[in-house]
Amino acid sequence: MTLAYTPSSLPVIIDADKCIADKGCTICVEVCPLDILEIDAASGKAAIKYDECWYCLPCEQDCPVGAIRVEIPYLLR
Amino acid sequence: MQTNIITVDVLVIGGGTAGPMAAIKAKEANPQLRVLLLEKAHVKRSGAISMGMDGLNNAVVPGHATPEQYVKEITVANDGIVNQHTVMAYARNSFPMIEELDSWGVKFEKDETGDYAVRKVHHVGTYVLPMPEGHDIKKVLYRRLRKHGVEISNRLVATRLFKDAQGRIAGTAAVDSRTAEFHVVRAKTVILCTGAAGRLGLPASGYLFGTYENPTNAGDGYSMAYHAGAELSGIECFQINPLIKDYNGPSCAYVTGPFGGFTANSKGERFIECDYWSGQMMLEFYRELEGGKGPVFLKLNHLAEETIEKIEDILHGNERPSRGRFHAGRGTNYRQQMVEMHISEIGLCSGHSASGVWVDEHGRTTVPGLYAAGDLACVPHNYMLGAFVYGKLAGEDAAAYCAEYEQGEIAEADIEAERERVLAPLSRPDGLPSNQLEYKLRRMVNDYLQPPKVTRKMEIGLSRFAEIAEDYQQVGARNPHELLRTIELSAILDCAEMAARASLYREESRWGLYHYRVDFPDTNNEDWFAHVQLQKDENGSMVCFKREVAPYIVPLHDNERDAYARLRIKREEQP
Repeated sequence: MTLAYTPSSLPVIIDADKCIADKGCTICVEVCPLDILEIDAASGKAAIKYDECWYCLPCEQDCPVGAIRVEIPYLLR
Repeated sequence: MQTNIITVDVLVIGGGTAGPMAAIKAKEANPQLRVLLLEKAHVKRSGAISMGMDGLNNAVVPGHATPEQYVKEITVANDGIVNQHTVMAYARNSFPMIEELDSWGVKFEKDETGDYAVRKVHHVGTYVLPMPEGHDIKKVLYRRLRKHGVEISNRLVATRLFKDAQGRIAGTAAVDSRTAEFHVVRAKTVILCTGAAGRLGLPASGYLFGTYENPTNAGDGYSMAYHAGAELSGIECFQINPLIKDYNGPSCAYVTGPFGGFTANSKGERFIECDYWSGQMMLEFYRELEGGKGPVFLKLNHLAEETIEKIEDILHGNERPSRGRFHAGRGTNYRQQMVEMHISEIGLCSGHSASGVWVDEHGRTTVPGLYAAGDLACVPHNYMLGAFVYGKLAGEDAAAYCAEYEQGEIAEADIEAERERVLAPLSRPDGLPSNQLEYKLRRMVNDYLQPPKVTRKMEIGLSRFAEIAEDYQQVGARNPHELLRTIELSAILDCAEMAARASLYREESRWGLYHYRVDFPDTNNEDWFAHVQLQKDENGSMVCFKREVAPYIVPLHDNERDAYARLRIKREEQP
């Protein structure tokens, strides 16, 4: 079947300058209940990969360097 | 093909609230046992209380309430359809559990004399104990798990339970959500603690993950218990909650009520006497919402500044901490505006209503060796403290069960059939996208099952669900994460069918909005004062039947029975 890709604004904003995933930190990836965050292979930084955020905030609160900001998903804002 | 096999004594599935407690208590009961806790996400931040909780809804604290009063209150709140033995087992263990959690470092509100500061929210008794610092509760649990040496396996998704030739539980199949590796866990006993079926209805926003429940709670346990042949009960008694419109946080009259906040109509008037969540409360809420004085609001703007600051502190720091930024985005300030409310999508959850896997007062299901606890287990209105109590009861009973029974054998054919079923979507990377099937299914759940329930609509719904179940044979997954979503989708499909069939079976109305059938609008105690059980029969068909309500151990007086039916505030007719 042919699949199309539709754009979606993602609510987890990661400050790549602050993120220390390239130094081995994976806390946000581990604490996300929906498992939607990954360490991006190219940049070495944390990134949101799936539009499945529950805006519950463990990633933001547990990030040791304050690199994450979670917004309310646009559809609910 | 390689299968990873793990063998343990006690397997606990689900690491949210009941699960960690069950694992800790099984290990405490017998430290020699090998106890494994399986969690789909990570135990540190999983389940319904991943961000903590702002209070206990049902604390039975001496001096404020007795177990007998509590059993009576829940019997009335659930329109009489309860097994009082299970509610009593909760009530008696409620206070010892509070004291134990307190000794572990969970903080509850106390007054100046050091007594628990219990507040009144229920219609009759006094049971609400605030936890203004409840955000740490998962950390406390995690420390106890480590202390007791409970093994934890994060990212393993249980998919189907296995039984031995004698029909006893023997383990589970599981898939790693990061690698898609297939595992078999052999166990003498399994405790299901997988939470609510929270991804059943679609939130009005259309956003799949904007659910009231943590969306990881997709109904996995309802589906697993069903396919293992366990009885489920009260599935037609849906969970529907009053929420902030467009935001999945509760309106929190529980929190704000004791401070003077209340549920109001558009004129700012109270219309219900009691904000405790019950089916009748939801029906009055629904009528006001859809009526000329709607919609419905949470009213706080008459309160003093320091009171509002305290409310904000609790509501914006616990359970749903993104609530503050939602309000900021909409320009809502508790001081100035009332907060618009709406009703949630439907779900199955015994913690809030009564829909769950049938258990006795030890958490035993009808399948030997299989237990259930928490939101999944049918002990009405059990909430977080009930999850802890039943986690404890099930964990202790499961530990004793292990001494009596040997590990059962799992047939190789069962393992292979499950491996094939669960991994099939990976062979179709260009198959139907799981998110589209899920959207369509859950939109149909809204269209056909959302109360008020209509017979013909529910019948049409069953046909649509069956078509989507056919489409499921074509669903695809391009990676382990997408495979996880297909596994959850198959549980949601089962839950949708269960919700429709149980609702069609009970030909009366009961529990206010939760089971309001327009074509059977009255409660009919003569024919339907019974539990409705649902089960997979020996032919693999979904069947419903009645189970008698066990004789009450706390009798109700005639004038107490309809306390919850008189929730609406009576007003003098204006001339």
